[in-house]
Amino acid sequence: MQLTSNEFKRNATNALSDSQLQKALRNVESGFIGKRQSAVEALPEFDALRDSARAIKNHTLEHLDLYIEAYEKKVREAGGHVHFAETADDACQIILDICRQHSARTVTKGKSMITEEIGLNEFLEKNAIEPVETDLGEYIIQLRKERPSHIIAPAVHLNKEQVESDFRRTHTHLDAERNLAEPVSLLSEAREVLRKRYFEADIGITGANFLVAETGSSVIVTNEGNGDLTQTLGKVHVVVASIEKLVPTLEDTAQILRVLGRSATGQDMTVYTTFSTGPKRPDDPDGPDAYHVILLDNGRTAMLGTEYQDMLRCIRCGACMNHCPVYHSVGGHAYGSVYPGPMGAVLTPSLSGIEQSGHLPNASTFCGRCESVCPMRIPLPKMMRHWREREFERHLTPNTARYGLALWAFLASHPKLYRAAVSLAMPLLAWLGGTKHSMDHLPLAGGWTKYRTMPAPQGRTFVQAWARQNRAGQKTGTGR
Amino acid sequence: MSAREAILSRIRTSLAVRPDDDERMSHVETRLRETPSGVIPARGQLEAGARVAIFRAMAEKVQTSVVHVETIDDVPAAVAAYLREKNLPAKIRIGADADLAGAPWQQEATLEIRKGASQGDDLVAVSHAMGAVAETGTLVLASGPDNPTTLNFLPEHHIVVIETSKIDGDLETALKRVRRHYGKGNMPRAVNMVTGPSRSGDIEQTILLGAHGPRALHVVMVG
Repeated sequence: MQLTSNEFKRNATNALSDSQLQKALRNVESGFIGKRQSAVEALPEFDALRDSARAIKNHTLEHLDLYIEAYEKKVREAGGHVHFAETADDACQIILDICRQHSARTVTKGKSMITEEIGLNEFLEKNAIEPVETDLGEYIIQLRKERPSHIIAPAVHLNKEQVESDFRRTHTHLDAERNLAEPVSLLSEAREVLRKRYFEADIGITGANFLVAETGSSVIVTNEGNGDLTQTLGKVHVVVASIEKLVPTLEDTAQILRVLGRSATGQDMTVYTTFSTGPKRPDDPDGPDAYHVILLDNGRTAMLGTEYQDMLRCIRCGACMNHCPVYHSVGGHAYGSVYPGPMGAVLTPSLSGIEQSGHLPNASTFCGRCESVCPMRIPLPKMMRHWREREFERHLTPNTARYGLALWAFLASHPKLYRAAVSLAMPLLAWLGGTKHSMDHLPLAGGWTKYRTMPAPQGRTFVQAWARQNRAGQKTGTGR
Repeated sequence: MSAREAILSRIRTSLAVRPDDDERMSHVETRLRETPSGVIPARGQLEAGARVAIFRAMAEKVQTSVVHVETIDDVPAAVAAYLREKNLPAKIRIGADADLAGAPWQQEATLEIRKGASQGDDLVAVSHAMGAVAETGTLVLASGPDNPTTLNFLPEHHIVVIETSKIDGDLETALKRVRRHYGKGNMPRAVNMVTGPSRSGDIEQTILLGAHGPRALHVVMVG
């Protein structure tokens, strides 16, 4: 996918003035945060499970080559095929080859961020194969020719009136006078339209939440059941998954499932959790005739063994963006990348390079809520800081920030000079603050004061105040 | 070098490990052999009666309806009662499951029973779960001729029969049951863990039932 992350500032400004978007974004806070909180509070073992889940993924990543080999062997034993793809293009080509082998014209798709990452839909369309998204949110944004704005709620940026008008525009075979005022009628209409498509499709493509080494199973977690219809009714089931989806055993899957549903939607368990292992068996009356897994690298191996390895624990629950004040303000599209929010701000530079996405690790207030809710305890702010350091090292930071930081560093490492400078600056700033004790304009910091006032310092510098307190303490005998 | 070798070799380079490191291999073999359970919530760790009660409460919390009958012989009457209550035609689809087939369906003279996988034209299907999870109110269904997977997803109403003796306290124990049944390392083509009827929150984050799968899920607990 073409990134527009370098446009983040412009995208964000546009997002802030988009009233439809701002209305829809209010659903993020009301729809996710409270539900997660209640589910977490109802499970006393939640934090212990987070530790367990983190340990499982750390262990898996440290032994990833061996778990991939074990998994591959089990898939083959169950009659499935495993393909390895180093890049997004390789993955698309492998999928196209499978489609051609089976003379496929239409493929249905379960919701999958990995196929967004590799740009599969555009690629298939270019090759005269029609991809049909079956998750309601993905279906809506496919009609609108948009990208998902959230990793688990792709259409969270839309309001129901927008969905209604898209359905009227595209479902022209239906009665123009029909009533679509209620969300439930929109849901029923999508159900009816898509039901036919599952049966027409030659191939069903899904992602995977987990790949289980012990059994060679791919696991998907959905609420709608679309992923299951996609993979059961297609003649071929193709699974696209990145290599870090591996887990060792069924029990390990269960441990992580407990934190996944609760962190994502506040559900103890998502409605459908399906373990798929190979194609249909000789006496099975339903299921696909062939089963393929495409294991994608696309930059992950380069993250192993670095300060970004922890990011490979991510299970794509979306809790970090659901709790992010920046995401709440601008929504997912402003990030201009496949993965938005805090997890995207860390992952995107890893996959696409910091040159393409330098604004993303800066799109954070470092409030730390993302890390505090991350079920896999990924230190997201720390990793964003690492990216900012890389950006600085590569001279990608703007000059004002660069020289400002250099000046600051020089002062901060020369204590006498620093104290002299602040003892001069303090009264100056206090004077500028005037009787309001705040400033509406600051030279070189117009971006900051454009939206809020800068409080002016009052009194003395910290060092002066400290020295004075110590002197006072010595007099009364209560000081150090 | 193939893509497979390239990826595996990059992983080993990044992790600074050798492919033939015995200690690493033994870590992996041990974990795959011993399948440790991890942290198990206390919620489902109860004696049988209380476990069944938790299962029911958790299932009802996610909009599954539940009835409890004494024996498998009571299942046809429970199914017929559900159809009447919901004003549904007296017609169901079931797989080749021997326990279900052995129930006295003849007692429900007007009930039409179709056998085998669904093509999408059934209103109601009846399946027999191989297990259930008390802590979350989850049913465990395995694919195959006995209980075809299409029955779990295509009909509007899904009725699932489960013996109370097969309701485990937690997810791990339920998965161990699957492992015991199919043998270590083996799985049926699909294991569907189902927790309530199908739903979507994709329009304005409001949860609506009946997205692509069944609009209603009804459990008949036996014993």
